[in-house]
Amino acid sequence: MALTTVRSSAGGKRREESAGPLTPKRYDRREAIAGYLFISPWIIGFLIFTLGTMIYSLAISFSHLNLATNLMRPAGTSNYQRLLEDPKIAASLGNTLFYAVLAVPLEICFALFLASLLNRVRRGAGFFRTVYYLPKMTPAVATAAIFLLLLNGNTGAINQFLRFFGIAGPQWLVDPAWVKPSIVMMTLWGVSGTMVIFLAALKNVPRELYEVASLDGAGPVRQFFSITVPMISGAIFFNVIILTIAAFQVFDQAYLLFWRDTSNASPEASLFYAVYLFQQAFQQFNFGFAAAMAWLLFVILMILTAIQVKVGNRFVYYEGDR
Amino acid sequence: MATIGASTKPGTLQPADAGRPSRRRRRWGIGQILLTALLIGFTALFLYPLVWLVSASLKPGSQVFDNSLIPKTWQWSNYADVWDQLPLLHWIFNSVVIAILAAGLVAVSSSVVAFGFAYFRFPARNLLFGLVLGTMMLPGSVTMIPTYLIWKQTGLLGSWVPMFGANLFGSAFYIFLQRQFYLGLPRELFEAARIDGASYWGMFWRIAMPLSIPSFVIVFLFEFQASWNNFQGALIYLNGGSLNNFTAPLGIAYAMTKYSPTNGGQGDYQYVMVASLLVTIPMLLLFSLGQRYFIEGVATQGRKG
Repeated sequence: MALTTVRSSAGGKRREESAGPLTPKRYDRREAIAGYLFISPWIIGFLIFTLGTMIYSLAISFSHLNLATNLMRPAGTSNYQRLLEDPKIAASLGNTLFYAVLAVPLEICFALFLASLLNRVRRGAGFFRTVYYLPKMTPAVATAAIFLLLLNGNTGAINQFLRFFGIAGPQWLVDPAWVKPSIVMMTLWGVSGTMVIFLAALKNVPRELYEVASLDGAGPVRQFFSITVPMISGAIFFNVIILTIAAFQVFDQAYLLFWRDTSNASPEASLFYAVYLFQQAFQQFNFGFAAAMAWLLFVILMILTAIQVKVGNRFVYYEGDR
Repeated sequence: MATIGASTKPGTLQPADAGRPSRRRRRWGIGQILLTALLIGFTALFLYPLVWLVSASLKPGSQVFDNSLIPKTWQWSNYADVWDQLPLLHWIFNSVVIAILAAGLVAVSSSVVAFGFAYFRFPARNLLFGLVLGTMMLPGSVTMIPTYLIWKQTGLLGSWVPMFGANLFGSAFYIFLQRQFYLGLPRELFEAARIDGASYWGMFWRIAMPLSIPSFVIVFLFEFQASWNNFQGALIYLNGGSLNNFTAPLGIAYAMTKYSPTNGGQGDYQYVMVASLLVTIPMLLLFSLGQRYFIEGVATQGRKG
C-alpha cells in the first residue's frame, strides 16, 4: 500500500482536486488515512483470521502438532501421503461427491420450478413464498430432530405415506443406498433460499420478451427454455457455484443424523468429508492430517469453481451494467 | 447494481400485471386454478414437518412415533416438564446472548468497514475490496482448525468469545451489502456535512448510520439467524464444557441422543420435539417481523453473483 502518490499539501483545497475524475492517482492524505482507519477492522481480521489462518493451516498440514504443548514437529509431506493411503479419504470424498451430484441439480430444478410457479400465480404469491420460506428459518438441529423420525424406516411418516400407495419404503437411515437421498430430501425441504434468488431474477426478465414470443407462437415450455433460462442464467450460475461449495461441506445434517452418537447403522455410506475432517481434528486431534484434508478440499473446490466459471462464461448472459 | 431499499421493493414481489390487457385475463381460468392447486400441494409438503413437530411435542413419549397429526392424548405437561428434563432455559439464554453479540458486533463493524470502502478514496481501495469479495469464496473448513488454535492460544477456549469474536472484524458478504447501500446515498449529503464541519466519524455516525438502518437490519437478522443455527461452532467450542453452558443447537443434539430410543436412550423423544419447537419459534417470529429484510438479503446474495 504505497502512499507515495498521496498529495502532501494538507491545505483547504484538497477536496476539490481529489474529487475530479481526471486525477485518479491523487489522494487526499487525511481522507486516505481516515479511509484506512475505517477499514482497519477488516484489515486486522483479514490478517489474523484469513491470511493468518491460511498460513497457519498450511504450516500445520506439514507438521505433527502436539496439542498439549502446542509444539509443531515437522512432518514433511507425510500428512499428504496419508491422504492417499487412508481409504476413508477416498470413501468420504466419494460420498460427498455423490451427494453433491444428486443434491445440486435437484435443488436448482426444484427451486427454479417453485420460483416459476410463484412468478406466474396471480393471487397469493406472497403467502406461498412466506410458507415455503419457513423451513429455511428452522434451525438445522430441529430439522434433523424432525427428520430423524420422519425418515425412520419402520415407523416414519414418509414410509407410512408411501405404504398408502402400496410402496414399501426403504430403511432411509440404515440402508447405505438411501443415506444420501435422505439428506438430499432434508436439503430440498430448505430450498427456499435458492428459490428466492431465482424469484428475484425472474422479476427482472422483461415481460415484452414473452409477449413477442407468444405472438410468434412459442408455448410456455418453449418460452421457458428460450427466454427464461437464458435471461436468468446469471442466477443459475451463481446458485450452482454456491450450492456446490455448500454440498461439499455438508456437515450438520450428516453429523446430527448419523454421527451424534455411536449408534450409526451405516458408517461407511454416511461418512461425509466434512464429518471425517471434524472427527480427525476435534475427536482424534490429528490436526496435521485434518489440515491437509482441509487443503485438499480447498483445492478441489477451487478446481471445481474454476471449471464452473469457465463453462458458465460460455452460457451466462450478463446484462450490461456489471 | 444492487441498491438496497431504493430500487427494489421486497414487500411487493407479486407479479405486477396491472397493465396487462385481455390476453392475460383469458388465462385466469383453468391455468391459474391448476397453478394454485399445485402451490397449495407444496404448501402441505413444506408445512407437514412443522405441523408434525407441533403435534409430536404434545404427545406422550409412547405416541411420538405414531404419526397421527392430532395427538390421541394431549399431553400439555410436556411443556412444563421439559424445563426440569433439560437445562433448556440456560441454552436459550446462552443462544440469545451469543446471537445478539454476534449480530450486533458484525453489523456495526461491517458498517464501519463498508463506509470506509464506499466513501473514502485511498490507494489500493479496489484491490482491497476485491480481497474482501475473494474471502467469501474461502471454505470455512480451511480456516476452522487454525482458528480453533488461535483461540486456544488466547486462552479464550471454553468461553463464549470464539462463538462471536471474529465478528468484531466485519464479514465479507455484510461489508459488500452495506457498501452497496452507502453507494446509493448521494455524495452531496456528505460534502454538505463536511462543509458544516462534521468529522469523518461524525459523517458516518450521524448521517450514514441512521440512513442505513434497513441494510443494518438485514445484516443483524441474517447473522442472528446464523448464530442461532450455529451447530458446528458450538460442537467445537462448547461441547467439552458444562451442560448449562451449551447453546440451544448443541443442547438439542445432546437431547436427541439422551432420549433417542434407538441407542438405549430413555425414549422420551417428546422433550426433543418441545425443545426443537421452542428454538424454532423465535426464528419464525423473527421472520414474520422482518420478512422483507430476509428476502431482500437473500435476493442481494444472488445479485452479487
